[in-house]
Amino acid sequence: MKIDKKTKSNLITYGIVVAAFIIFTALASTGNLSSHMKGLLVPMIYYAVIAVALNLCVGILGELSIGHCGFMCIGAFTSAFFSKATADIIPGGIRFLLAFLIGIAFAALFGFLIGIPVLRLKGDYLAIVTLAFGEIIKNVINAFYVGIDKSGIHFSLKNAMDLGLDENGIVIVNGAMGITGTPHDSTFTIAVVVLLISLLVVQNLVNSRDGRAIMAIRDNYIAAESTGINVTRYKMMAFTISAAIAGAAGVLFSHNITTLTASSQYFGYNASIMILVYVVLGGIGNIRGSVIAACILYTLPELLRGFSTYRMLIYSIVLIVMMIVNWSPKIIEWRKRTLGKFNFRKNSGKEIA
Amino acid sequence: MSFLTYLINGLSLGSIYAIIALGYTMVYGIAKMLNFAHGDFIMVGCYIIFSVSAALSGNSLVGIVIAVVLCTLLGITTEFIAYRPLRGAASPLAVLITAIGVSYLLENVALLIFGADIKSFTSVIKWEGLSFAGGELKIQGVTVITILVSLVILIALQLFINKTKQGQAMLAVAEDKGAATLMGINVNKTIMLTFAIGSALAAIAGALLCSAYPSLSPYTGAMPGIKAFVAAVLGGIGSVPGAMIGGLVLGIVEILSKTYISSQLSDAIVFGILVVVLLVKPTGILGKVIQEKV
Repeated sequence: MKIDKKTKSNLITYGIVVAAFIIFTALASTGNLSSHMKGLLVPMIYYAVIAVALNLCVGILGELSIGHCGFMCIGAFTSAFFSKATADIIPGGIRFLLAFLIGIAFAALFGFLIGIPVLRLKGDYLAIVTLAFGEIIKNVINAFYVGIDKSGIHFSLKNAMDLGLDENGIVIVNGAMGITGTPHDSTFTIAVVVLLISLLVVQNLVNSRDGRAIMAIRDNYIAAESTGINVTRYKMMAFTISAAIAGAAGVLFSHNITTLTASSQYFGYNASIMILVYVVLGGIGNIRGSVIAACILYTLPELLRGFSTYRMLIYSIVLIVMMIVNWSPKIIEWRKRTLGKFNFRKNSGKEIA
Repeated sequence: MSFLTYLINGLSLGSIYAIIALGYTMVYGIAKMLNFAHGDFIMVGCYIIFSVSAALSGNSLVGIVIAVVLCTLLGITTEFIAYRPLRGAASPLAVLITAIGVSYLLENVALLIFGADIKSFTSVIKWEGLSFAGGELKIQGVTVITILVSLVILIALQLFINKTKQGQAMLAVAEDKGAATLMGINVNKTIMLTFAIGSALAAIAGALLCSAYPSLSPYTGAMPGIKAFVAAVLGGIGSVPGAMIGGLVLGIVEILSKTYISSQLSDAIVFGILVVVLLVKPTGILGKVIQEKV
């Protein structure tokens, strides 16, 4: 059987993920992994998932989004709401599967609705509006109260008392206090499966007719439009899929912690920017790079907690130096000249920037 | 009367946003980069004033002067070390991420030096303020001075950009770097000057911000920075009067929605305004519409 280059590259990506999964599972089962490290496994994977989602938006579609954590937030809250509301009714496995479907569906819906206005804008204007939507989602959820009782679901934007629940009613989303007691359904295995599915979706999309249309829009939308590509449709498609995958990351997130709050630390623009850093350092448009960069860059600062006072300082300096070394036109030229002398393999152009 | 008080407070907050937004918009207009670290320059300025005031037992005027000078130097250094090497990089995201790195760096240096605890900032303005209608309408000194300072800065900047050679050079660089170079303009120096002005404005904005809201932490500058950026976009990024209008609109909307609607939802409303304005006018209130050519 002949395997073409792209399929081979995709298979390598899956291979890396599966190999990493086997290694970490083996380490964990033989007791070679500290409990701290074990706790990092699931977050590491959901950050990889959202990095893949953001790379679809930034690298493949070519639109800078700095509000992707907003979609993660939607996925996290809708699925956690569902899981908590049905915790006693539906058994674990099916419930978690349904929670996934609900989280992804809502994130995709919001991606679609937000995409309609946002994708009309261009460049930095688009970026700042995604930031604005991310902050709006976070702020509204922080002021959102939902309770459930016999007569149904109650909403309020004021406070828990305003819900008007009867005696047996329970408040599920408690404003800034969020959702407490979501079942801990996220396991490393499920997280890796979600990552593999997201990779499958994104890599197949990139290599499909639709993916080529999306990349044509990125490279030159006027030329794309003149060849008959429906620009709006493909932009919406990529953005919605990206939001849906971010929602899946949110589902993993909410089922991994006890108290889910829409705090800036997890869902603010800073968090979105952190994921953008993963995407850029992993290589814009390079899906495999995003996964690797997210895993390394998420765990590194966590593992450096020993030097807690200096770790973010070191991280920021490394970030600046890496960006300059990787992207400065003068340094790139210098690198090419020096490497050329040793007759190294030429830069194979693996970054589609 | 209370509505008028809130309106004036909004005007004052808006003026602070406007001063920060001016720095943002100038740097964006010329270097075509979002300087995410701009908000942190405000924080640096505040800490300098705080330390100098503490050392000189409350002499805040010297503090402001030193803060402006040091922030200007910081702006120039940052541009030289972190941003200049990336000019002409293959992706505009490179310099954006570097700016984020600079932002993290400044926040963490401040965290190491001053700690995470919130410092109480003594207002640099000692004046009590004005009182109208038999004491019913009181306007704090800091409010009056903030509004006046922002007006002076706006007028001075407009004069500088439109009447001086350096200002014209800025406009030329913003329009077309290559053509400006051919006209004998030193592009690097012009960009450096822009960063210097932007950073000096950040220090002044910091003094006013912390005088009005006297709590200082390493993250003080982040949110005002982002909101000022929103203000700059709202007014049309690259436009000096636009930044002023955007800042004032944002400040007034924020204070009024905090008072009359919900303090929790005020940020959502502020960002909502941005979304609505950009949908109606995709390049902001005073932004230029650029026709795209094939």
